[in-house]
Amino acid sequence: MTTDTATVEPTRPTVAVRHVLARIGRYTFLCAVLAFFALPLLWLATAPFDDTPTVTASLPRFTLDNFRALLDNPYALGSLLNSVYLAAGTAALVVTFAALAAYALSRVRVPGRDALLYGLLLLSSIVTGTATMVPLFELAFRLNLIDSRLGVILILSGGLLPAAIFILKDFMDSTPTSYEESARVFGASPLQIMRHIVVPLVRPGLATVGVWAVANVWGNFLVPFLLLRGPDKAPAAVIMYTLYTEGGQADLRLLSTFSLLYSLPVALMFVFVSSRYGFRFHGGIKR
Amino acid sequence: MVEGARPVTGASPAPDAAGLGRARATGFLVPAMVLILVFLVVPAAWTIYLGVTNYRLTGLAAAHPEVVGLDNYTRALGDERFRTSLLLTLQFVLGSAVIGQAGLGFAIAFALRDRRGPLRRVVEGFVLLSWILPSSVVAFLWIALLDRDAGTLNALLGIPGTAWLLDHPMLSIIVFNTWRGTAFSMMLYAAALENVPRSHLETARLAGASTWQQLRDVVFPRIRGHVLTNLLLISLWTFNDFAPFLITAGGPEQRSEILPVYVYKVALSGGELGFGAAISFVMLLINLVIALVYLRMLGRRKESA
Amino acid sequence: MSAITMRELTKVYPGGVRALDALDLEIADGEFFALLGPSGCGKTTLLRTIAGLEVASAGSVRIGGRDVTNLPPGKRDVAMVFQDYALFPHMTVRDNIAYPLRIKKVDRRSRGSKAADTADELGLSGLLERRPGQLSGGQQQRVALARAMACHPQVFLLDEPLSNLDARLRLEARTFLKRLQRELGVTTVFVTHDQAEALALADRIAVMEGGRIRQVGTPTEVFRRPANTFVAGFIGSTPMNLIDARVHGDELAVAGARLPLPDGAPGQVSDGERLVYGIRPEYLDYSPTAVPGALTGEVVVVENLGSVSLVSLDVPGDHAGASDEAGAGDDSGAGRTSVQVVVPEGGEPEPGDTGWAVPRPGRSLLYRDGNLVTAAAGVPAPRADATVRS
Repeated sequence: MTTDTATVEPTRPTVAVRHVLARIGRYTFLCAVLAFFALPLLWLATAPFDDTPTVTASLPRFTLDNFRALLDNPYALGSLLNSVYLAAGTAALVVTFAALAAYALSRVRVPGRDALLYGLLLLSSIVTGTATMVPLFELAFRLNLIDSRLGVILILSGGLLPAAIFILKDFMDSTPTSYEESARVFGASPLQIMRHIVVPLVRPGLATVGVWAVANVWGNFLVPFLLLRGPDKAPAAVIMYTLYTEGGQADLRLLSTFSLLYSLPVALMFVFVSSRYGFRFHGGIKR
Repeated sequence: MVEGARPVTGASPAPDAAGLGRARATGFLVPAMVLILVFLVVPAAWTIYLGVTNYRLTGLAAAHPEVVGLDNYTRALGDERFRTSLLLTLQFVLGSAVIGQAGLGFAIAFALRDRRGPLRRVVEGFVLLSWILPSSVVAFLWIALLDRDAGTLNALLGIPGTAWLLDHPMLSIIVFNTWRGTAFSMMLYAAALENVPRSHLETARLAGASTWQQLRDVVFPRIRGHVLTNLLLISLWTFNDFAPFLITAGGPEQRSEILPVYVYKVALSGGELGFGAAISFVMLLINLVIALVYLRMLGRRKESA
Repeated sequence: MSAITMRELTKVYPGGVRALDALDLEIADGEFFALLGPSGCGKTTLLRTIAGLEVASAGSVRIGGRDVTNLPPGKRDVAMVFQDYALFPHMTVRDNIAYPLRIKKVDRRSRGSKAADTADELGLSGLLERRPGQLSGGQQQRVALARAMACHPQVFLLDEPLSNLDARLRLEARTFLKRLQRELGVTTVFVTHDQAEALALADRIAVMEGGRIRQVGTPTEVFRRPANTFVAGFIGSTPMNLIDARVHGDELAVAGARLPLPDGAPGQVSDGERLVYGIRPEYLDYSPTAVPGALTGEVVVVENLGSVSLVSLDVPGDHAGASDEAGAGDDSGAGRTSVQVVVPEGGEPEPGDTGWAVPRPGRSLLYRDGNLVTAAAGVPAPRADATVRS
């Protein structure tokens, strides 16, 4: 007891000290975190503008000449176009199909709906591209989809659809049915209701899923790497990889500018989304 | 989105508000279901079949694969390389997901819990940036960072010549994946921490609890569900992560050959599709176990909510 | 002619819930008709079945002589205003009002001017280019009404038209709505759970419970002569006093007092029969001094309601709960119950006083097994309103 009270006394000043120490500790930690996360990114910010880029991040002697390397490489710009093509195709497919399915699941009592949703959720989390690369390759081979961009789009869409249906169904469930009923009483046909009422109402949800699909496809390496043979069809993810793994000294001018150009769209999309809606992704949204 | 409070109308939600009809509704479902069936269900099922054949990419067994029963599985169990790969995967998941991403993500969320303003935005921005950049770009950024002769890290530490990727390949990809994936945990924990009532923390502080005691007695009991969710999801994703291939390609000498890389090398580089499918099936089973645990927990949480 | 006729209308939901139970109802052309009842009584289902949003399991609905039972909602020539108004948030007020015309393929220009005209009528002229989100609750309601009016339907259906407005606005909107209906003269059916709203607005009211109609009548009828104890308890801002009673010759023993048998009761009841006596607090006159033929007891609570006070007298007897339709058949007399009396300002007693409550002639009611015994005989006919009766 006595020792207890004895130790309590001197804690009064140490509370303040401890507080200051905790503050210092917290800022030190946050600075370390910042350094850890910023360090690898430094090179991406400096090298593209350095007239003699090395793999070390350093203050650049500013130049824009490096970007000319992009034009000299036969595949660089084309691969970005391929990425756009894959991302746009997949996003269009995923948004359209997922919206139709989510609407039906949200509004009509389809028999076995709950089991279907549960199964979809399970499937989408366990059947990953990595775990099924063998049969996917095999399937693409049998369906004559090897070296076909359509094949990549279809396979990516199949993988993204369950989660997309989930997100959109959530969205549609939270939209009151009275809008549609109201239009129906005025005599609108189901298709008119879709066009005039439902699509405009769920547009934010469609945009979310679209952005999410684009982000997923833009960064996806494995599926195009497995299925596309020639560099003329390969998207930026694959070209980027070949640029630094193929034999000989890597061209750092090309590599740095290409990295930057390839990263920019998703970074901008992220800034746009986070400034507009706040960056809130639900669990499971990124695979 | 909609102004004002919307009272829930009626006890029974009207099915089919737009008068779609069951036939049209089924029509709406078909395209998505076909794609999912063909490119998700069929591959999963096919994995099981391929796993019991000696199917190869080239050669005689490519034209006429034979069913070899469980040979692939017994072979895998006896294979030193498979067992090592499994062990490395375990290290990778534990090190980069459970300890790295979840631990660091929580620490950042906790350090930022009551902060607003530029510091929080900057820290969050960088953490999120490392999450959203394309994997082949960040892979090269790390190759550049860890470069033996001219890497920024060695330059900063003043130890040029340290070959991180050759001497410590597992450590490298674990740190890499921590860097890459912390954002999700950070956001999830940040949301969870917002649900811890201020008054509880203040009560604990008034009672003289240290930060650690506050965490243990006040914070953790309230976010236990989030912690479990987070651990299961990031374990699942990390287990299926192919990005380390872009940095070390499993090397040197298969010392960073986690299961996804192993499958790729055996099946698609080595051409042993049947054997690769067997390993894939093992991966699917592990995924299934994690997902089932997760879904059960989700169901329970919905019930108690 | 756009009368609505329902015959044997039944709606059974999957799972066996009977929302409408072989319901017969006629709503006259031009009538302002209320469907009133507690939540879950089937009133909204009935409205939605008239609209065609629910498909009847059995029975028929006719609107203006045309059988619409199997017609889709858009072909019934009705307009519906939803509880949440369902104004499309992505369209301007003008586009919202013009939407029914757009569906009817009216060309853009004439539907625009038609929308503007309708908006004018409802005092919305300055708001045509706004979005619903930028309007107040009252304005939103009027836009919803304008949208319903724009297509000149045979019938208006309103689902809880006032429930989304705050209390003060609600009174204003109520008056507005009644006047609008009078001016348009269109058959209008509305759903409400608020008895005061139904009494104030409707030409006739159907009181519903458990998928059945318990009484149909003018507001005066359902207020003065509730057909059963359910309606008696549901209608009125203070519930009707319902007390166990016993017939003694030509008198009634109620709560320790002897009252004359109500009008129309002689011949309908037998000596010694147990019944439930009903009298509204508004139809009792309070007296601080003893009067014959009065209920008497100690004043226990006085509640000030503004211009009047609600006085509770403690009397001997058993309260026959309004929802207790079986009536209290078991022995009574031992318990205490309270009788509520509305007392005008100036005459309020103090708690502890002894008071007498005299029923006004012709306002006492008798219920047997929950149903009104005293049939309409000898009772002055309620408000003779030509438009009400079909």
